[in-house]
Amino acid sequence: MEVFLQQLINGLTLGSIYGLIAIGYTMVFGIIGMVNFAHGDVFMLSAFIALIFFMLIASWFGAALIVVALIVVLALAMFFTALWSWAIERVAYRPLRGSFRLAPLISAIGMSIFLMNFVQVVQGPRNKSTAPMLNKSITLIESATYSVQISYKQIVIIVTTAVLLAAFWYIVQKTSLGRAQRACEQDRKMAALLGIDVDRTISITFVMGAALAAVAGVMYLVLYGVVSFNDGFIPGVKAFTAAVLGGIGSLPGAVIGGLLIGLIEVMWSAYFTIDYKDVAAFCILAIVLVFMPSGLLGRPEVEKV
Amino acid sequence: MATSAKAPEASAPAASGRDIKAAVKEAGFAALITFGLCIPIIAWGTRQNMDNVLVLDPRWDAVAWAVLIVFVGRLLIVLRKQGAAGRKSMVRFLPQGTFAFFERHSRKFSLFGLGFLVTFPIIAINLAGWGGALKWIDNFGIQILIYVMLGWGLNIVVGLAGLLDLGYVAFYAVGAYSYALLAKNFGLSFWILLPMSGILAAFWGMLLGFPVLRLRGDYLAIVTLAFGEIIRLVLINWVDFSGGYAGISGIPRPTFFGIPFNANDDGFAARFGLEFSPLYRTIFLYYLILALALLTAFVSLRLRRLPVGRAWEALREDEIACRSLGINTTSTKLTAFSIGAMFGGFAGAFFSARQGFISPESFVFMESAIILAIVVLGGMGSLWGCAIAAIVMIGGTELLRELEWLKAIFGSDFDPTKYRMLIFGLAMVVIMIWKPRGLISTREPTAFLKEKKTISADMVQEGHG
Repeated sequence: MEVFLQQLINGLTLGSIYGLIAIGYTMVFGIIGMVNFAHGDVFMLSAFIALIFFMLIASWFGAALIVVALIVVLALAMFFTALWSWAIERVAYRPLRGSFRLAPLISAIGMSIFLMNFVQVVQGPRNKSTAPMLNKSITLIESATYSVQISYKQIVIIVTTAVLLAAFWYIVQKTSLGRAQRACEQDRKMAALLGIDVDRTISITFVMGAALAAVAGVMYLVLYGVVSFNDGFIPGVKAFTAAVLGGIGSLPGAVIGGLLIGLIEVMWSAYFTIDYKDVAAFCILAIVLVFMPSGLLGRPEVEKV
Repeated sequence: MATSAKAPEASAPAASGRDIKAAVKEAGFAALITFGLCIPIIAWGTRQNMDNVLVLDPRWDAVAWAVLIVFVGRLLIVLRKQGAAGRKSMVRFLPQGTFAFFERHSRKFSLFGLGFLVTFPIIAINLAGWGGALKWIDNFGIQILIYVMLGWGLNIVVGLAGLLDLGYVAFYAVGAYSYALLAKNFGLSFWILLPMSGILAAFWGMLLGFPVLRLRGDYLAIVTLAFGEIIRLVLINWVDFSGGYAGISGIPRPTFFGIPFNANDDGFAARFGLEFSPLYRTIFLYYLILALALLTAFVSLRLRRLPVGRAWEALREDEIACRSLGINTTSTKLTAFSIGAMFGGFAGAFFSARQGFISPESFVFMESAIILAIVVLGGMGSLWGCAIAAIVMIGGTELLRELEWLKAIFGSDFDPTKYRMLIFGLAMVVIMIWKPRGLISTREPTAFLKEKKTISADMVQEGHG
């Protein structure tokens, strides 16, 4: 029981990170029907940006106020990652809008290769580790054999994710910007006829997705304390799995899918074997797509002839 | 960039047709964005110092160069666009009608290309000598031909049947491991194992294809990606079977129909009364992969004319119409998937025989992406396009290894091979934007009424598939 509770906490932490990345996939797929392959690498890039800012702050002001530093880094990483994503959309995806189906996908794969190798060239191929932060933890249940603990960083990750998701949910559901996004998702041509700037809305979607990926990147860095240039691919595919599992195009679906994937991965490593945890995630992806292509909360795709 | 669409219109009435101010403004905007992009990631490099602690190196000179390059580049592009405001603004790298000319004489060029390929080892030996030829035949000839063959194999799946497969490398891996394990453990010869690897890969293609082929488009792509990764992860983790990360070494090399390529008395050189040289094996491997690649091309050309090939192409254009015409889409897709997988398996068997060592590192997702890029960049369905794309992308990146003279310009610690994949990724994006349909994007119908016409792919409305 204690082991299960501990794994539940670990799984929710990991799942929050996957959920944050998954939102970027699900929103972009919803609005332009394209798998943004470079999204996983944008996440990796954001972790590097966060790493550099953490180190800058530590060298300028010392490492005294870790919470303030965390908030500042979060804001900076969100801004700069969003800028990258905006630029990528402008350069690599926008010229291909309305082109044939595979062109944006290939362009995205090219961008993914570019980003990965760009980071490798400018920051070097080795693993980069930070000084550990927020290492204290609270013991929830004390028993003779096993004590359940929740560390400060896990609390920070879960709370930040929840707060940002609430804010994000508000933007999509209640503001005119969110309304424009949902309109574009349903019918881009009609939305354009009704006076919505479709290009701008798509740009903002990329920016928002990247900002949430940046949050995930900062959290990833806080959680593991180490990042390398090829860390984007596997979390990216898992986050995409989460988006598909939750029903692609659905925001709550992406979060639920992310949490589920995180839980499954952690439980699998705890109870079966850690070697095959990625295989488990990929198998879930295949099974969900084959037997339940619309996911948990997605709308079934209606085929128009 | 935001004003790029409006700028030419605004400046069109002006007599000179150029508006320097707007161009500078726009270039300044692009430079500002570049500055923003560079700030954290280029401006400070992270480095492990002697005590293994991460330290930051400021690199503002690199940022300044990046900003300057973007500013000047953007300025030139905008000015060029403004100058061409009235005319059709299009960058032409080749004179009008080059592709049409090549297409009209495609038979002649095919023969010429074939002649070149057959004589390539002789040319290489004559130009580079016995010592230097090894590198050219191995790194360029064989390497490019492997990718040409993989491209042609995947072309059956993606180009003809329109099924987006991101896990093609899985079948390459199946072929390679089949050859390696069967040859090492059972001592079977290359010539028995080559077809066997193909059959095994085709079998796996069928096994994996059967559940997923009712998915369409991007979903199929992601599931195939997942399968590719699953196979690689199993190869890594199932150490008893595949050797895990360490891979399999000491794989038997192919023989010249039973005669090994070694320095012994019964070796190839001794039997034919030649002086021993490792080059003979390389040349033999070169002709082997050439024959395999040509076989792939021949089979896919012939299959296009069979009912199944026509069903593939119909499926690519419109799946719903296909179904209403009574074509069994599942079995049609399955044949495409498994025949494509079979050629991947052949290439894999060749690869492991050529290397003598394989490990899961050779079968990462990046390989699938490269092969798919070759097919799509070349123009889906076009054999010529695939070959050209493979030569440009693989040969081009291999050429970077040769650019030693760049060290004279950029300093001695400049290593061009570091930028290999960076340039590869960038080239994928640039070619897609330049020609979204690929380099050769015409469709050549196999059935026609009076005369054969080539159709630009832009005219074909592609259905989902």
